[in-house]
Amino acid sequence: MKLAEKVRVLAVSAGAVTAVMAVMASQPVMAAGEQFFPALVYRTGPYAPNGLPFANGFVDYLKMLNARDGGINGVKATFEECETGYATDRGVECYERLKGKNPPYGATVFQPLSTGITFALTDKAPKDKVSIVSAGYGRADSVDGKVFKWNFPLGGTYWDAADILVQHVGKLQGGLDKLKGKKIALVYHDSPYGKEPIPLLQERSKMHGFDLLLLPVTHPGVEQKATWLQIRQQRPDYVFLWGWGVMNSTAIKEAVATGYPREKMYGVWWSGAEPDVIPAGDGAKGYNALVFLAPPGQGQVHKDILKYVYDKGQGSGKREDVGEVLYNRGMVSMMMAVEAVKRAQSKYGKKPMTGAQVRWGLENLAIDAATIKKIGFEGFMQPVSTSCADHGGANSGSVQAWDGKKWHVTAGPYHSDLQIIRPIIRASAAKYAGEKHVPPRDCATDASN
Amino acid sequence: MKKNRNLMILFAVLLAGLIAPLVTGASGAGFWVEVLLGGLMAGVLYSLVALGFVLIFKASGVFNFAQGAMVLFAALSVARMAEKMPLWAAMLMAVAIMVVLAFVIERLVLRPLVNQDPVVLLMATLGVTYFIDGFGQTVWGSDIYEIDLGIAREPVMILQSVFDGGILINKDDVAATAAAALLVILLALFFQKTKTGRALRAVADDHLAAQSIGIPLNRIWVIVWSLAGVVALVAGVVWGAKLGVQFSISQVALKALPVVILGGFTSIPGAIIGGLIIGVGEKMAEVFLAPIAVKAFDLAGGGIENWFAYVLALLFLLVLPEGLFGEKHIDRV
Repeated sequence: MKLAEKVRVLAVSAGAVTAVMAVMASQPVMAAGEQFFPALVYRTGPYAPNGLPFANGFVDYLKMLNARDGGINGVKATFEECETGYATDRGVECYERLKGKNPPYGATVFQPLSTGITFALTDKAPKDKVSIVSAGYGRADSVDGKVFKWNFPLGGTYWDAADILVQHVGKLQGGLDKLKGKKIALVYHDSPYGKEPIPLLQERSKMHGFDLLLLPVTHPGVEQKATWLQIRQQRPDYVFLWGWGVMNSTAIKEAVATGYPREKMYGVWWSGAEPDVIPAGDGAKGYNALVFLAPPGQGQVHKDILKYVYDKGQGSGKREDVGEVLYNRGMVSMMMAVEAVKRAQSKYGKKPMTGAQVRWGLENLAIDAATIKKIGFEGFMQPVSTSCADHGGANSGSVQAWDGKKWHVTAGPYHSDLQIIRPIIRASAAKYAGEKHVPPRDCATDASN
Repeated sequence: MKKNRNLMILFAVLLAGLIAPLVTGASGAGFWVEVLLGGLMAGVLYSLVALGFVLIFKASGVFNFAQGAMVLFAALSVARMAEKMPLWAAMLMAVAIMVVLAFVIERLVLRPLVNQDPVVLLMATLGVTYFIDGFGQTVWGSDIYEIDLGIAREPVMILQSVFDGGILINKDDVAATAAAALLVILLALFFQKTKTGRALRAVADDHLAAQSIGIPLNRIWVIVWSLAGVVALVAGVVWGAKLGVQFSISQVALKALPVVILGGFTSIPGAIIGGLIIGVGEKMAEVFLAPIAVKAFDLAGGGIENWFAYVLALLFLLVLPEGLFGEKHIDRV
């Protein structure tokens, strides 16, 4: 081998070793005695603009806990990101890859940020004894913990959201009875996520006599001309938007293009973040959306994140994005999982928790006003309290409006009407239990309770 | 003869479907015209992307699956560079980037695969798609970015005295139509009037014959991929200004597939007319046919415009396997 060739081989080898070491260094190191949180994220693909801030808030909270408190009651928290691209198959692949990490404890809890992935994991989780937390998304009927032992739709479901929106427009009309003869259009992502609110809205439509117009938008939602032409023809009194990612900003732009008033548009809480309105510019002024659990803004916890994470150059995103709607939601989602670990530690001891132990923590969550203040979330969080029968823990939401620069809470908080929702939940959960042969638990006698 | 008769029947059926909402009273004339215009304008945008497919297929026989990724990459380049310089300068820089990209693709992907089976080249462009998608997002970011052409999005009402409520049109749709029309005229002039354009047509007709008279195949490939890059840039700017620049615009390219199937893989007029037929067909189907289908089959919603475009394209394939304007294959047996 000539000298030049030897040098070249050496250089390539050194480069390869350096690259491998760099990749290894960028991965959080996991050792026994740590609490491992899998992070199913989407930082690329069609839904990245919304996935990015959520993922940043999600992992920044853990980084801050490690830096400020040394972990969770002394147990270091670790995480590993897996890119799902919001695709169900890749989400399941990530789940399979990460569920057994950090033996013997395994993954703490999975939060897929996708209703499609949540549906796919619902059948797998009981066998693997790991919980699925879907804060504000996923199966609405999984609130019923008697059937869905391993699912936790914390903070609210799509049926809560749809119910709150009907209550709000009813109030604007001067009462729910005044909705008779009115027309409400649901512009929805043509996916399990978008279809979730339909049963509740159909029920409310029968009760109050309003016409429900169902207008699906195919993935990813960039082609909505036909949808908005129908809205122009039908002239609904209100439009409920059940979109995600680019579908939201496209819908607002099309509303501008067809002259539909943005003040009459109400998005679900996944259609009310900065990436949904900023691309539409001034056209988005007056647009409304729900907000649940945590509104945008900054509190004590953000100060800590900036101090312990961003000041040290370890922030996951841009400093100025800390406190945005989806950043806060990612942060709160992680916080609830951490609080579940703390709750479990109060029963099983201050050590790393297994999936089954965390499940108990999730089912006995008691995030009250005092806890919220103590952990720095005062003003950003509604209390969440779960039980064997209620895996949601909260059912409230507020309405926020975009003024062209910021979101402002304009109405609420509303609470969904459980007298209407509970029978639908029970019927749907019973149907699932029948189809999947899941014997419902008796909350009074269940040993794991 | 039989083929012509079948084509006539197909056109008659489509025409009947087109005017059915008017005849049956399902729609007022004004709304029907609005849907028609909406379809035509969407069709023009599909044609823009389809043009890129046709250019490369015509000159090299390669079905460039990466055309959608090129649209995204070009739009991302313009949007991010326009944050630091005037839009016209960003567009010029983006043209240069697309030419460099064409050069790199020719050197690293096409040249080593000369004389390989077309399916190998297709798979190679699939690989190029994933590379450009990922590379573009790594370099430029995966957020939503703006391209501001300075055109107001507020709708304009026309023909209010003719139709009840008037006809609503958007200035940005009109601008997109004008841009597409201008691009087609420029491409036609380039192919008909310039020496390079004639060389491209010669290569399209017969690679070996073109080579034998001294036309350099590699240089032609760089030129045609650069041209496709410029077409992708125009499509990316138009789509990006309309939707915001982010990953989803690469998927709009999938809308161009039924267009080239219908119009023919080798025909520029085919890409234009195919785009218009697909645009009008899918919008009419979504607005007037989908509600009937939902009631008839008890579907909970169900947007049909995406797959209806392919149904339309397949109907044409049944009658004209080469597409409306595709080259007819006559093989000696």
